[in-house]
Amino acid sequence: MTARERIAGNVAGYVDDRTGAAKWMKKNLTKVFPDHWSFLLGEICLYSFVILLLSGTFLTFWFDPSMREVVYEGSYEPLKGLEMSAAYASTLDISFEVRGGLLMRQIHHWAALIFMVGIVVHLMRVYFTGAFRKPREFNWIIGVGLLTLGIVEGFLGYSLPDDLLSGTGIRIAEAIIQALPLVGSYLAFFAFDGAFPGTAFIPRIYTVHVLLLPGIFLALITVHLMLVWYQKHTQFPGPGRTEKNVVGYPLMPVYMAKAGGFFFIVFGVTAFLGAVASINPIWLYGPYTPGQVSAGSQPDWYMGWLDGLVRMAPPIETHALGHTISWNILIPGLILPGIMFTGLALYPFIESWATGDKREHHLLDRPRNTPNRTAIGVMALTFTLVSLINGGNDIIATTFHLTINQMMWFSRIAIIVLPPIAFIITKRLCLSLQRADRDLVLHGRETGRLVRMPSGEFVEVHEPISAEKAWLLTSHEQLAPLELPEHDASGVRRAGLIKNKIRNRVSRAAAVAVPKATETERRELEGHH
Amino acid sequence: MSNEIELIKDPGLPAHVHRSTDTDPKAAARAERQVAILFGLSALGTITLIYSYIFIKDDVFVFIPILGQTHLQQLGIGLGMALALFCIGAGLIHWAKTLMPDEEVIAQRHEFRSEDEDRSEFIKTVKEGASAAGLGRRPLIKTTLGAALGLSALSPILLLRDLGPLPKDDLSKTSWKAGTRLVTDPGDRPLRPEDLEVGAVAQTLPEIEAGAHRSLADIGKDAVLLIRLRPEEFNLDAERLSWTHEGIIAFSKICSHMGCAVALYEQQTKHLLCPCHQSTFDVTRAAKVIFGPSARPLPQLAITVDADGYLVAQAPFTEPVGPSFWERSS
Ligand code: HEM
Ligand code: FES
Repeated sequence: MTARERIAGNVAGYVDDRTGAAKWMKKNLTKVFPDHWSFLLGEICLYSFVILLLSGTFLTFWFDPSMREVVYEGSYEPLKGLEMSAAYASTLDISFEVRGGLLMRQIHHWAALIFMVGIVVHLMRVYFTGAFRKPREFNWIIGVGLLTLGIVEGFLGYSLPDDLLSGTGIRIAEAIIQALPLVGSYLAFFAFDGAFPGTAFIPRIYTVHVLLLPGIFLALITVHLMLVWYQKHTQFPGPGRTEKNVVGYPLMPVYMAKAGGFFFIVFGVTAFLGAVASINPIWLYGPYTPGQVSAGSQPDWYMGWLDGLVRMAPPIETHALGHTISWNILIPGLILPGIMFTGLALYPFIESWATGDKREHHLLDRPRNTPNRTAIGVMALTFTLVSLINGGNDIIATTFHLTINQMMWFSRIAIIVLPPIAFIITKRLCLSLQRADRDLVLHGRETGRLVRMPSGEFVEVHEPISAEKAWLLTSHEQLAPLELPEHDASGVRRAGLIKNKIRNRVSRAAAVAVPKATETERRELEGHH
Repeated sequence: MSNEIELIKDPGLPAHVHRSTDTDPKAAARAERQVAILFGLSALGTITLIYSYIFIKDDVFVFIPILGQTHLQQLGIGLGMALALFCIGAGLIHWAKTLMPDEEVIAQRHEFRSEDEDRSEFIKTVKEGASAAGLGRRPLIKTTLGAALGLSALSPILLLRDLGPLPKDDLSKTSWKAGTRLVTDPGDRPLRPEDLEVGAVAQTLPEIEAGAHRSLADIGKDAVLLIRLRPEEFNLDAERLSWTHEGIIAFSKICSHMGCAVALYEQQTKHLLCPCHQSTFDVTRAAKVIFGPSARPLPQLAITVDADGYLVAQAPFTEPVGPSFWERSS
C-alpha cells in the first residue's frame, strides 16, 4: 500500500466514523453511468448554471440596480454628461472601469445563451429518445419548468442594464401585462409602481433575477439530479443492454474525472467566447427613454420565437361595452405560449394514454422506431422555428432584399402549412428508415462488388451484418394498437365511446410500423439462396 | 403463431478491446506526459491572466483580424482564463480516457414498484391514516378547513397590494392641454410652423416650466411626432383636417400596438414605421394602420398656433395613447 492510498483510506474511515456513510458511499461511488455524447447535454446546462452563479455574483459587486437618474462621468466619451439611470451607468462602469468586468459581463451573457441552448437540445434528446417515459415523468416536468424559468430569468437579466434595447423589451412585457382582461392595468401599475417605466421596476426584477429565481433553479436542479441518480440513467439499446441493467463506467474515478473535466471545458469555452466575441454592447444603444428606440430591435434568441409570433399576429382587437380585448397581443403573447408549454409538460401522459403503455422503460428508443412521436416533435419544432425566423423578419428582409410584407405573409402561411407537412414527411422518413433497417438485417450490407453469375447476369455481393448490429436494429418492441372495445359484452355502446374511438385512432396511428426482421425470416431467405 | 417466430438474439456485450496504454508501458508514459503538458499549459494561461491584469494598460487597443479593434487587457485576461480552464478540463479527460480503467461494468436495475406486500401495506396505512383523521365523516371540519386555507391564500395577494397605486385614469391621460406649446426633444425649444420644411419630422414634448423635470413616465405618454406635408397631400375628413396646421400633423409617438417609439418615417411613401413589430401607419390618412399587428391608428393631436406664432395643442388627446388595456373604450 502506498502512502497515498493509506491517506485516502484514512479519510474514508474518518468520514465513516462520523457519519456511518460507508454503506451508502460504497454503493454510490461505484454507481454505473452509461456513456453517450448526448448525455453530456444535461451536464452542459448544469455547468453553465454554475458559471452563471459565479459570473453573476461577480457582477453584483458593482452593479447598482437603481433607476435613480445620474449624470455619466465615466471614461466612455460618447455618453459623457448624459443623464441615465444608475443601473445603466454602473453597467458601463463594469464594462469600462472594472478590469475583467466586460469579460465577466460577456461570460455571463454567453453562459446564459449556452444554458438555454443546452436546455433546449437536452430536452430534444429526451423527447426524441423517449427518455421521459415511466418512471421519469417527474423529471420531464421539472425540465419544462427549468426551460420556462430560464426564459424568464434570461429576459430579466438582459433587462437589468436599462439600455435602450432592454427598456424596449420591458415596454413590450408591460404591454402584455396591460392587455390582460379585467386585471391588466392594475397588475401593470402594481408591477411598475405606477405608470411605465416608473422607478421601481429594475430594483424589483433584480431581486427576482439574483435571488428568487436562482434559488428556485437550485432547488429544481437538485431534485432533477437526485432523481437521475436514484432512477439510474437510461441507456441506448445495444448488445448486452437490457431493461434490467446499466452498462457503463463507475463514478469513481472515471466518470468523476470525465464530468469534472467537462466542467472545466465548458467554462473554458465560455471564457473564450467572453474574451473574443462581443455580446450585448450596451454602450452603443444608449440609455433608455420611452421616446426612442433602436432600429432592428431584437431580443435574445430564446425570446425570439415569442417576438416572431407577436409580429405575425393579425391586427384584431375587440371593442365592446366600453372595454377592449387585444387579441393581437393576447393570442401570440399568452394563449399560444400557454398551449405550447402545457402541451409540452403533459406530453408523457398524453402518449402513455394514447398507447396504453404503462410499463417502466430504461432503454431508449431510436427516433425512427417511434414515427408518430418523432413526427410530432419535428412538427412542434417547425412551428417554433417559423416563429423564430419571423422574429428576425426585418433583418432577414434587408439581408435578402425582400419586403417586410413578403416576409410577414410567408410566415403567416408557413406557420399553418409547414408543421403538418413536416409531420407527414418525418413520419414517412422514419418508416423508410425502418424499411432500410429491415433490409439491412435480411439482406446484409451492399459491398459495391459485382460478381457474374453462371447465367451471365451481374449481381452485387451483400455482406451479412454483425450479430451486434442485427440485434441493435431489431431489439425494439413494436406495440400493437389498443383496439378498445366500443361495445360491451351485451352489445350495448359503452360509456365514453367517443373517447375510446379517439384513443383507438391515435394508438393505431402510433403503432404504424414496418415489421422488424426476425431470425425466422432470415433463415427462410438463406434457404432460398 | 407469434411464438413460432424466432427473434434475433442478443449476442451479449462485445469482448473488451484493450487500449495501447493498457498493454504498452511506452504508450502509457506518453499519455502521462500529454496530460502533464495540458496541466502545464493551464498554468501558462493563469500566468497570462495575471500578467494582463497587472501590466497591460487599460487604454491599449490592438487591431486583430475578424475581431477588429480589441481592448488588449480584456483580451489577455479572457484568453488566459480560457486557456487555464480549458486545459485543466482537457487534461482530466485525457487522463480518464487513456489511463483510467476503461472496462465497461454492468449494474442491475430493479423495478421501482415495491414488493406487492409492502405496497399493499403502504396503501393500507395511507387509507387508515386518512380514515383515522376522519375528514370524510366530519364535514364541518372539512368545510371550515377548506375555507380557512382558501382564505389564507388571500393574505400574500393582499400584502402585495402596496406594490403600486391604482391606475385610476392615468393610462388615459397625458400632459397635453389646450394651449400647451410643443417643444423640441431634445432642446426644449418651442417651434413655429416655418421651422419645419415640407417633408421634415420633429420629435416634440409638451413645454414645462423652466427648471421643472420630466419623468420618463411622462415622456412615455407625451412624446409626439410632427410631420409636415403639403396640405393637398392629406386624405382626411374635415374634422381631422382641422386638427392640422399648414400641412403639419401631430401624432402620438407611442405605438398603439405595444408602446414602442414609432421612430421611422419614410419620406417617399409618407409612412410611419414602428421598428418593434413593423406596424406601419399612413400619415396622409390619419395614421391608419396599413400593415403589421397594430389594430388602431396612432392617436392624432389637434394643433394650431398661439398668439406668438408658436405651435400649440388645440386640445388634449381625445383618446388614450399607447397600447390597449381593458378599460379603454374605443
Ligand atoms: C439561469 C440563470 C441566469 C441567466 C439565464 C442570466 C442571464 C442574464 C443576462 C442575459 C444578463 C444580461 C447581461 C448583459 O448582457 O449585460 C444578466 C445580467 C445580470 N445578471 Fe444574470 N443570469 C442568471 C443568473 C444570475 C445569477 C445567479 C446572478 C447573481 C447571483 C446574476 C446576476 C446578474 C447581474 C448583477 C446582472 C446585471 C449586470 C450586467 O448586465 O452587467 N445572474 N443575466
Ligand atoms: S410596438 Fe409598434 S408594432 Fe409592436
